[in-house]
Amino acid sequence: MKTESVLEKVLTSGQLAVTSECGPPRGALPDKVREKAAMLKGYVDGINVTDNQTAMVRMSSLAACIIIREMGLDPILQMVTRDRNRLAMQSDIIGAYAFGINTMLCLSGDHPKFGDHPMAANVYDLDSVQLIQTVKQMREEGIFQGGDKILNPPQMFIGAAANPFADPFELRVARLAKKINAGVDFVQTQCIYNLDKFEKWMEGICDRGLDKKVYIMPGITPMKSAGMARYMKNRVPGMDVPDEVVKRMAGVPKEKQAQEGVDIAVESIERLKNVKGVHGFHIMAIEWEQIVPEIVKRSGLYPRPEL
Amino acid sequence: MITAERKPLEEIIECIRPYDRILLVGCNECVTVCAAGGRKEVGLLASALRMAFMKEGRTLEITELTLERQCDPEYVEELVTMIDAADAVLSMACGCGVQEVARRYKNKPVYPAVNTKFMGASVSQGVWAERCQGCGDCILGLTGGICPVARCSKRLLNGPCGGSTSGKCEISDDVECAWQLIWDRMKELGIQDRYEEVMVAKDWRTSRDGGPRKIVREDLA
Repeated sequence: MKTESVLEKVLTSGQLAVTSECGPPRGALPDKVREKAAMLKGYVDGINVTDNQTAMVRMSSLAACIIIREMGLDPILQMVTRDRNRLAMQSDIIGAYAFGINTMLCLSGDHPKFGDHPMAANVYDLDSVQLIQTVKQMREEGIFQGGDKILNPPQMFIGAAANPFADPFELRVARLAKKINAGVDFVQTQCIYNLDKFEKWMEGICDRGLDKKVYIMPGITPMKSAGMARYMKNRVPGMDVPDEVVKRMAGVPKEKQAQEGVDIAVESIERLKNVKGVHGFHIMAIEWEQIVPEIVKRSGLYPRPEL
Repeated sequence: MITAERKPLEEIIECIRPYDRILLVGCNECVTVCAAGGRKEVGLLASALRMAFMKEGRTLEITELTLERQCDPEYVEELVTMIDAADAVLSMACGCGVQEVARRYKNKPVYPAVNTKFMGASVSQGVWAERCQGCGDCILGLTGGICPVARCSKRLLNGPCGGSTSGKCEISDDVECAWQLIWDRMKELGIQDRYEEVMVAKDWRTSRDGGPRKIVREDLA
């Protein structure tokens, strides 16, 4: 074991891990964080806390992680390199670890153009791969990116994102290999709706033996409506929603579409469970955290292991 | 070259409104090539300003001059004979030229008539695109001759991000994904295997982050 992370314990035990996510509120509402996290209690091994997702200002991931940690749960600190330079990021990592947060996800983040502060400077002192490298160096060598020694270095279990559907597709396996070279421990993917293409990506990964070097957790997002399916298909960069999924959502009456979305999510998990190299699932129910327990239960992933 | 675009006429008018005599100075270098502040643009702006002031019932006296190179003290010196006859200077050079005029003529207000944009190349007639950010430590040799610092919207050194779609950047269909270009070029050159080498965190001291930069060439100084 590299860290004290519960997620690491579950993954190394060989059991399928489950994570979910919680987007912090757009204001100082700690109870909102508690309410969302409480819905996930007992159903997941880690709760991702997003970092100014879609480039909109929200309560900081670190603050929300601390709130969740104080509930006795296991937050996963998401960190984008868009908003802060290496000084700020490393100090936040130390701060997080000081509060018992031991798992994080290194991301580049959406461009400010998509958010509510398109006029903001985008920092990108580091990119996501370099952030992985930095956190690994902090953990393994006990030194800062700048080279100085850290007192009680943070032992973070290091995650990253992967999007099997972005272009160029032929580069997507190599890109994961690069993150592995940088030192990533686990990977959560973009929402998977095109299962065939995901499986093709996984094949490429297994062919190179990369599945032995990193834990891969496909992302699962239940869709609430046919409208959401169309929006994800047409508007979200790097998202691959096949026509048949949109058709299936649109093929049921409006009031039953949410249920259909959950069914699709459960069926996807059932199918992907058997794919070589899949080590768990990252269930991102966007502003719909209360549905996660049902998905976890119906997918046979409940109860979560006690380790 | 350094590219620039002329400021909106209204903004320029507001700057020079308090004055009656303007020295309008163009530059024969980059801003001429990108058609923002050369001799031709100086003439056009002078006419537009005269007309605008005439409509307000005022007469604006404009002296037009285009220097060989406005960022060079030697050429900026040429203004010495006419500077006293002007209340203010309106410069159509890039920010470097504007500052050189301000440095040389300490008691004369200088206003920029263009917005300096970027270091770029000509893509086609009338189209220029950013190519270099002057980071001070060129990595083009590692990236197939395409700069991710200048051309990736997130300046990722280990791209592409998850937003690359059909060769385009997630921010706009008008923006090419730099990492798609880099990858294509790496394949072209047969050096794809280099892609998986991690590019380590960049030392930005050589860039603007290290403070204002200066080159001193002992052999020439």
